[in-house]
Formats: sequence, structure tokens, C-alpha cells
Amino acid sequence: MALDAGLVGRSYPPSAVYEVGREKIAEFAAALGDPDPVYLDPVAARAAGHPDVIAPPTFAIVLSLGAGNVVVEDPDVDIDYSRVVHGEQRFTHHRPIRAGDRLVATATIDAVKTIAGNDMLTTRVDLATEDGEPVCTTRSMLVARGAA
Amino acid sequence: MTRRLADVEVGAELPEQSSRVTRADLVRYAGASGDFNVIHWNERVAREVGLPDVIAHGMLTAGIAVRAVTRWAGDPGAVVDYQVRFSRPVVVPDDESGAELTVRGRVAAVGEDGRVRVDLTVTSSGDKVLSLARAVVALS
Repeated sequence: MALDAGLVGRSYPPSAVYEVGREKIAEFAAALGDPDPVYLDPVAARAAGHPDVIAPPTFAIVLSLGAGNVVVEDPDVDIDYSRVVHGEQRFTHHRPIRAGDRLVATATIDAVKTIAGNDMLTTRVDLATEDGEPVCTTRSMLVARGAA
Repeated sequence: MTRRLADVEVGAELPEQSSRVTRADLVRYAGASGDFNVIHWNERVAREVGLPDVIAHGMLTAGIAVRAVTRWAGDPGAVVDYQVRFSRPVVVPDDESGAELTVRGRVAAVGEDGRVRVDLTVTSSGDKVLSLARAVVALS
């Protein structure tokens, strides 16, 4: 079943506030095996010009996965999740995510395509502080492989 | 120290980065990221959906790969854009050594605005696992 092109531009209500914690950043950096002190040590982060520890460039996936669930749960998005693989991912940082940030995620369907029987769904998630400062934009493209 | 823009030339190669990804790393990444997709920890389910074995999270591979850029740039906060396209799964066998991951990088463009584009080549056992991996760092 091809995805409905009319879904493009559909936006979902903003998420609850996600408070970025130092421990969560440290856990994520450790999972990447990355000991960079700007992820772990507030003093090192400040010496590098950041107000607090910052998150690795791919940390936003944590919020983007959560926010993307509203698309998964939308009954109008007719995609076979048992056949889905992650096709592409992009992060555009307006500034680094840092400990203490209180972020709100808003998901929007950016693109739908069907190529050679494969459905492709691109979801954009805009992360902003609760005061409205843009922090990061993520774009996730999922591919549902067509039945052979 | 953050790398100075004046010291960056198109064509410069980043230090090669080599690492290993084991099953334990997949469990740790699942917990840290919240991505508990079964194909990243259950061999039976992975095989049922046609995979050769358990595979690494694409975002784990991407997160390890961009380390080559953050280390080179000197400040992870300098990364303003990072995009990847997943072309081939990283298969992680159930043994002590896991899968091998090699990351090579090259400065592809230097803009007058201080934006430097680094193109990465990411391979596992010689196979390219990301068909596109591109980071933009803002330097001054």
C-alpha cells in the first residue's frame, strides 16, 4: 500500500517537556564509547565555552525516537512496521544540546515517497526549549521494504 | 582546543579510527538510546526477518563514526550538521570480539563562512556500511 502524499506537512502536538540530565548525557556518551570530557565534566565543558556538559551530536535521537511515536501511532500512516528499516538520519544543530535544557519536540511528516515498491517516510522533529529557542532539527527516513 | 579554520585544507585526511562493537555494546546502546528493537539483541528474531544475525543499531554506528569528526574538530559542539544513509547492516556475532568498524574522513569543502564539510567512509570488515556520512563543523 502506497503512503498517501496528502500526509506531507501533517504536524503533531508538541511533546511533554524533556529535561536533559548530566547523567543521561554521560550514559549516552559511554554507550558510544566516547570519553570526551565535554560530555562528562562541567568544568571541561565550561572551559570549552559551554554553559554545562553538552550532548554528543547524535544524542537527539533519544528525543526524536520518542517524538516519532506519534507518527507510528497515526492510523492514517499506512506503513508496515514489521518491514521497516532505518534508511537515513540527519541532525541539524542550531546549538549543542546541553544539560539542563528543557526541550519540547514537535513531529511533522516531511516527505512520503514510494520507489520500486518501497514506502519511504521522512519525519522531521523540531526540538526547541520550552521558551521557544530552536535547538536541533532531526530528520528520520524509514523505509518499508515492499513485499517480494 | 578547537581546530582553527586557518589550519584546515580541502583534501586533508582525518586520523583513521578503528573500533569494535560487541553484543554487550548493543545492549548498552539500547538502554542509553531507548531503541529496544529486537533485531539488535535477539538472534532468533533477527534470522526470522531475514538477517544473517543480530545487527548493530544504525545510530550506534553513526554515533561511533562521528567521533572521528568531533575528535578532529576538538569540540563536539562545533558539529552543526550530520547526516547518514544506512546501506548495509553491521552484523555483530555472539563472541568476544564482535564486529570491526573503521572510519576514515576527508575534508570535502571549506566555506568562507567557516563551515567545513567532512565526508566519512565507514566500513565493517571491508564493506561500506554507510553509503553517505557527512558532517559539517563550524570553525573560526
